[in-house]
This record gives sequence, C-alpha cells and structure tokens, in this order.
Amino acid sequence: MGQTITVTVNGTAHTAEVEPRTLLVHFLREQLMLTGTHIGCDTSTCGCCTVHVDGEAVLSCSMLAVQADGCAVRTVEGLEQDGELHPIQQAFHENHGLQCGFCTPGMMMAALGIIEQNPGASDDEIRHALEGNLCRCTGYQNIVAAVRSAADQMARS
Amino acid sequence: MATVERKATGGIGDSVLRKEDRKFVTGEGRYTDDLKLPGMLHAVFVRSPFGHAKVKGIDASAAEAMPGVRAVLTHATLPVETGVLSASNPPGSDVRQPEQPVLARDEVRYVGEPVAMVIAENRYVARDAADLVIVDYDPIAVVCDAEAALADGAPLVHSEYPDNVAATLKHETDGFDAAMAKASRTVELRVVNQRVTPMPMETRGCIGDWQQATGEVTLYTSTQVAHFVRTFVSIVCGTSEAKVRVVAPDVGGGFGAKLNTYREEFAVCAASHKVGVPVKWIEDRTENAVATIHGRDQVQYYTAGVDDTGRIVALKMDAIQNNGAYHQLLTPSISHLTLFMVPGCYDIQDISIRIRQAFTNTTPTDAYRGAGRPEATHGIERLLDAVADDLGMDAAEVRRVNFIKPEQFPYSSSTGLIYDSGDYETTMEEALRLADYAGFPARRAESEKNGRYRGIGLSTYVEVCGLAPSAVTAAIGIGAPGWEHSTVRLHPTGKATVITGTSPHGQGHATTWSQITQTELGIPFEDVEVIHGDTAFQPYGLGTYGSRSLAVGGVALYRSLGKVREKARELAAHLLECSVDDLEWTGTAWQVKGSPDRAKTIQELAGAAWAAASMPDGSEPVLEATTFHDPPNFTFPFGTHVCEVEIDPTTGRVEVVNYTAVDDCGNVINPMIVDGQVHGGIIQGLGQALYEETVYGEDGQMLTPTLVEYLVPAASDVPPMTLARTTTPSPSNPMGVKGIGEAGTIAASSAIVNAAVDALSGLGVRHIEMPMQPARIWHVIQEAKA
Repeated sequence: MGQTITVTVNGTAHTAEVEPRTLLVHFLREQLMLTGTHIGCDTSTCGCCTVHVDGEAVLSCSMLAVQADGCAVRTVEGLEQDGELHPIQQAFHENHGLQCGFCTPGMMMAALGIIEQNPGASDDEIRHALEGNLCRCTGYQNIVAAVRSAADQMARS
Repeated sequence: MATVERKATGGIGDSVLRKEDRKFVTGEGRYTDDLKLPGMLHAVFVRSPFGHAKVKGIDASAAEAMPGVRAVLTHATLPVETGVLSASNPPGSDVRQPEQPVLARDEVRYVGEPVAMVIAENRYVARDAADLVIVDYDPIAVVCDAEAALADGAPLVHSEYPDNVAATLKHETDGFDAAMAKASRTVELRVVNQRVTPMPMETRGCIGDWQQATGEVTLYTSTQVAHFVRTFVSIVCGTSEAKVRVVAPDVGGGFGAKLNTYREEFAVCAASHKVGVPVKWIEDRTENAVATIHGRDQVQYYTAGVDDTGRIVALKMDAIQNNGAYHQLLTPSISHLTLFMVPGCYDIQDISIRIRQAFTNTTPTDAYRGAGRPEATHGIERLLDAVADDLGMDAAEVRRVNFIKPEQFPYSSSTGLIYDSGDYETTMEEALRLADYAGFPARRAESEKNGRYRGIGLSTYVEVCGLAPSAVTAAIGIGAPGWEHSTVRLHPTGKATVITGTSPHGQGHATTWSQITQTELGIPFEDVEVIHGDTAFQPYGLGTYGSRSLAVGGVALYRSLGKVREKARELAAHLLECSVDDLEWTGTAWQVKGSPDRAKTIQELAGAAWAAASMPDGSEPVLEATTFHDPPNFTFPFGTHVCEVEIDPTTGRVEVVNYTAVDDCGNVINPMIVDGQVHGGIIQGLGQALYEETVYGEDGQMLTPTLVEYLVPAASDVPPMTLARTTTPSPSNPMGVKGIGEAGTIAASSAIVNAAVDALSGLGVRHIEMPMQPARIWHVIQEAKA
C-alpha cells in the first residue's frame, strides 16, 4: 500500500516509500528526520509547520507527502549555508524575535515567503501577512522588527 | 520604545543576544516530539466524549486485533493509581481531594478525561485503533458553571461531596465591620474573570523508557518542573525516586500549563514497563484544549467602603473559583494567591475575603501566567475605576489617594504579606507622562469627530513573585518548598558549567545566567555553559514558574559564584604567599592590592585547584560550589500600564491604539530579555481582554477545542507599545532583583477593559466583561443606548 515518491529537500533528492495518507510534515520529520519543522495544531491555524514547496510557503500539515512528489521542498534546515546564518535567521537572533523557539522555524519560513513576494512590505503588511503564524511568547513586536530588518538586509544584498 | 544597544557578550545590565538562539533558528532545537528511541511505540488516548458519565464497559477487541497495535490499556490492565495528585492543601479551607486514576475507573467527570490508551507502532495506527475502542457510557447530569455548581440541587461532580464545594478560603481583619460601617458610601461591582486556555505553541508530550533489567525509568517530558514530576512518578509508579530520571528537553512554552504533573506522564512510564519498550505520547491541539489545565474562571463580588476623599477604608470580596473536576498540582492554592493580592497596591487596612472553590464537570484549572494574581489585579483595578466613577474623580487621582506610600515600606498588607519595596506613584506619573495622559481629551474629541468612541485606562499593579519562602509555602499548605539550587563548576581549563534548578522554556536563562557568571566570577560569557531541566544533573530543582527564576534561582547562582570566588581567594593567597586580606578582586583575578604583577586569574586558580599540587590547609581540590537558596521573602514587582482604545460603534470592535507600560522589576540583568517578557505578557493579557474564552456548553461539551474557535492574538492584533522602567531594588536579595515573567499579563487585561469602559462611559456604561469581542461590545452599546 506504500507509494514511492521522490522529493528534493534542501537540495538533496530523497526517494522513499510512504503511505498515501502521510502528511508532508510527518514525512519530513519522521522519515527524513528533519525535525526543525514543527506541529502546533491540527486545524491549519498555527503556521508552525510552514515550509516552502517549489518556492511557495505552504503548511506541510495540510499537504500529503505524495503531493510533494517531484517537488523541491525547503525547510528551516536549508536556510543556513556553509555555517553562515541566512539573513532571516540572523535577524530573528539580533532582534530577539524568539523565546521558546517552537514557532520560529515556521515563522521564519512564512516571513521569507512574505519578503520574497513583497520585498518592500510595510510593517502593517508584514503584520497582516503573518496572521497565519501564531507565537505565544513574544507578542510579535520583535518578530515584526526581525522581518523588517531581514527584508532591508536582503534588499541591500 | 528606547532602542537598546544589543551585544554579543556582556555582563549584568547588558542586552546580550541570546546564546540559545542558534539551535532554534537552525531547526536544531530538540523538543520532545523530536526524540526517537530504539523500538519506541506511540500512544494515543481514548478520552471521554461526555462531561459526566458512568463507564459501564470497554471493548477493545477490534482495536487489539488491528495490525501494528501492541496493546490497549485500561484501568483494569494498567493498574497504577494516581491517588491524590494535588500538592495543595490550604489550611482551614477544608479542602477536598478527590483521587484521580491514571485511566478512568468507572466514572468520567469531564470531556477529555482519559479512559484507555492505545499503543501501536506509529501514531497513525494508534489513532485509527483508538477509534475502534468501544466504551459503553451512561451519561449523568453535568454542571460546568461554578456558581451553578454551588447552588442547591446542582448535579454532583463527585457523589461523595454533596455540595460540590472543593475548598473555602476565608480571611478577615478584626476591624473590618467597624471600618465598613464608617464608610460614607459603598461601591459594588461583580467581575468575571473568564476561563482561558494557556495554549503554549508546543503542546504537551512525553516518552517513558522503562529499563526492564534495572527498573530504571527515564521520562522525557515537556515540563517546567522536572523534579516534581520525578517525585510523583516514583510515588505513582511505585519505584524508587533514585531510579527515576526526568528530562525536560527544549520546551516550547509553558505559561503554567506545564507546571504540573499529569496522568499521561505516569501512563507512558507504566505502559513502557508493561510493553517493554519506550512509549511516546504527543498531545494534539484539540486534545490540549481538554487534557491540559485551564486558567482563571473566577467570579468576584466586590464591595468597597469609601470615604469622601475616595479612600477605600474597607474592602470585601466574595468570590467563586471554578476548580474543574479534579485538583491538579496547585489547583486549590491558585485562588489563595488571589486572596493575597486582593488589596493590590493600595493601603487598605480592613478587608474581608471569602473564596469558595467549586468542583464542576470541566478540565481542572491551575496556574496560568500570573496564577491567581491577574484575577486579583483585574478585579481591584476595575473596582478603583468604579470608585472613581462613583465619586466623579479622575482614575489616576483615586489611585494617588489610595497608593501605599514609599515611606510605608516594608509594608504589612492586610492579607498578611510584607511588600518589600515600591514607589507606585513615581511609576504611575512616568507612565502618564509617556502616554500623554494630559493630552487625552483632545484625542478623544478627535475620535468623536470620526464617529468613534475613545477611552483611556490605567492598571496600577503589584504582584507577589519570587515564589517562595519555604516556611510560607508550608504555612499555606503547598506541599513543596520554594528554594532553588545552583552549582557552579570550574573546569581545569577555566571554563564554567552552571547547573541550575530553574527550568527555562523561552526565558533565556542560559544567557542571563552566563551574564551573571561573567560579572561575578570573571569567566567570559562565551565560556559558560548552563545545564537545566534534567534530574540527573541537579540535586533537586523547583523549576520555573511564579516569576521566581531570577529572584530565587538567579540568587542561588549569585551565592554559588561568591563561594567559588572566596575559595579562589584563599587559594590565591596561598599561592601568592600573602594574607587573603592583602588581595583585591579585579573582576577577573585576585591580585595583591596595588600590584597587578602579583595576581592569579580565575582560570589560573581553577587549574591550580584541579591540579591540587599545593592547596591551603584544609581546602579541598577543585573550584566548585553548590547553594540551596531559600528566599527570606517574596518580591513585589509593580508598575503602571496605560491603554488607549478606539471603539467602532458599527462593528463593536475594540482597537488598542496605544499601549504604555512602565514596569519596575528591580535590577535588570538583560534589558532585551525583560522587554521581551513584557511584550509577550501584555499580549497574553490582551488576548484575555479581547478574544480568549474557553467555553463549555450546557451539556458539558467543550465549544472552543481548537485554535479556530479559541482566538489567540496574531501579529495584526498587536498595538504599538511604549515600554519603560523605573528601578526600585528588592531589599530581600543581594542582587536587588524582583521578577518580570508575569507582569505584563497581570497588568494588561484591566488596563484594556478600563479603557473600553472609559470609552463608553458617556453612554452610562460602568463595566464590561471579558472577552470584549465585537459582538459583546456591540450589544453593550445597543443596550446602553436603549
């Protein structure tokens, strides 16, 4: 009853057999052991599981692994390059944009999607675009500051 | 907000960037669900769909027959008894302590109570099999509202308790009746502090790993209190505490929800013992909404006796607390914290308090960020505004009249506490200045021109933090002490390991503890590693809750650092062949006074103490020290929050347009982290004020079981915030620190509600209950206009 899929995750192709009902997030976490992508709800509300599929930010809890067959997936583990933090990671660190860290991977992946789609987003646009990602620790002030800072940094480079 | 300079490294007082961050931003954090042990199976619980029912029978045969299922356990086959889970017995309260089995015996008393446990090769199979477990329930009448539960003829939650009374707390000063009789007027107010759900982004979860050969058991669990959990696991599972190791991996938020010991933690250990391999359970969000404690749920009836100057000369509060169906770790004591703080930051000498606690067919309530204190603050701050309204006074002025004055500290409160230090008026004046309180009428007029109501609200709060002096916890019937542990260990290479009994889950102790170590012992920030949340390392740790970590655990660290520094001094004197009195501490070394060439750095001394080639007489090798610090008193952080709202009369939406917070938490180790705590705390208070409410239907069903129905604030709900601080050090500890984790939540809800009431005061509105969702406000406006 398994189905064979090939998914390129953070630049590496993985061929694996999955149950057709396996969620993408479970495939990433439990078959590929990429546990940086988290699960915070069961109603597609919290955004913790946000990853990029073919360049678009999606909820990996609301997609089947088989739907990602042939796709390129980017997760939080793919942000850092050669020991250098990605600007979004550096900005969350420098702006104290995280406390417990649980929402952070999904928050950063969503933020990256926002920046890539709308590099000049205003703070207000950032706040509204982040509505699908919940954080219970920070009160969002420093998250918005981090996204703003990363957007500026990425625009310069 | 003033921009703070952020630094990569530094000591006390610097906004040092967190050393925790890198693993979290790279996805290398290790939360409970990230752990995978060899042979591990996955558990799913079958939970009661009824608020109250007899369990007539369980047929698990179909589930057991499913491929991949290892076992289906019930009360009959998982014979461990939780017994009484609560460690809280307020004296004189006649508290009742119902037993709760790990899995329901023959009756369930709230939706979500665990009935059976399915163990299978993965979570998908376990979930499928759980749906095949047939439980024969015989529903019984339910009661979910605490006031209804205490009424005559209410359905009984526990048949052995014929009135649903869980406990009653009472406190009255001798002069209360006389003082109330002298009041020139009385002001009455009913305030509901609604039930809310903590909702940390990481739900609970745990893995039990029982070694069959040795009887040793390791429990990985998302907790704030690993040592409490170990003690309870050993008792419930009938094994030696010395054989139990509890590990809190990275913990994705707690807010009090993980300051507890839960049935699932015992169940995975007992199940692992039974099936012979590790057993993991990860709570899903819908499950979290029913299986993890809730907070608040208190109805208060206030009567203030007031003189003509607006001074409250006597205060009565009669409250009803909804405890839920059972008592969790601290349930009966949470409203004891309310009792303590009923008078708030006001000099109210005569007081009468009764808090009746009720059993209901709901999830147990327990500590949620602030834990009893937000209830007190919200009530008294609403009441102060009601008094101001009654006398036609300004809200700030009525507070000035009633504040405890700086010269009254240490202040003995009418509820038996000794407030350590405070200057409430200075903090309030600073908040009023930053919020441009004086300019508010012009802004209100501008809003009115645009057809919107505008209001401004104050919350002047004081909280009791730094939990707690052990003699006090014992006196108020909490079966756990309040001290904290630290060990400082210097390695031969001069690096330091700090072992702390606190259990951070977002608070950044690895960073702040390293800052303290750098300042007090001269070990560079980056050379310090902090270990927490693993009972294998700490003698015992009480954990992180009640804004206690710095004021108790940080002070324990400070004292251990001092002990190491003094031991190093004796060794330095020995090696430098001088008297200890001839030495001075440079911040990183002991040197002969005025002779920088005759000095030993702390790293050199660490190496020499390890080598032990030449030690002072009677001195043991190695620089290491341990402290168990029991605080002599609580700490009392305080502050003033000012909120400004606009209300759209057509939709009823309350928009927070400005928010100013001036907090005083004593001395600050890391301003960036303190600001982060205040931000997050305020938004949790805002969530309760505007959106959040845990709702049960008449039939006992949970109506807000997911993040779709239960609204927590999102980024777009967050107002502009101005933060500032005053600094009034605590005299109760050598660091002068107080605590900040709960301040925002304690202060925010009343500031926001006071602002909304002020906005609608022109319509005659005198009080609004939370949450102030648009529909409620719209109705308030229509009724006021009718």
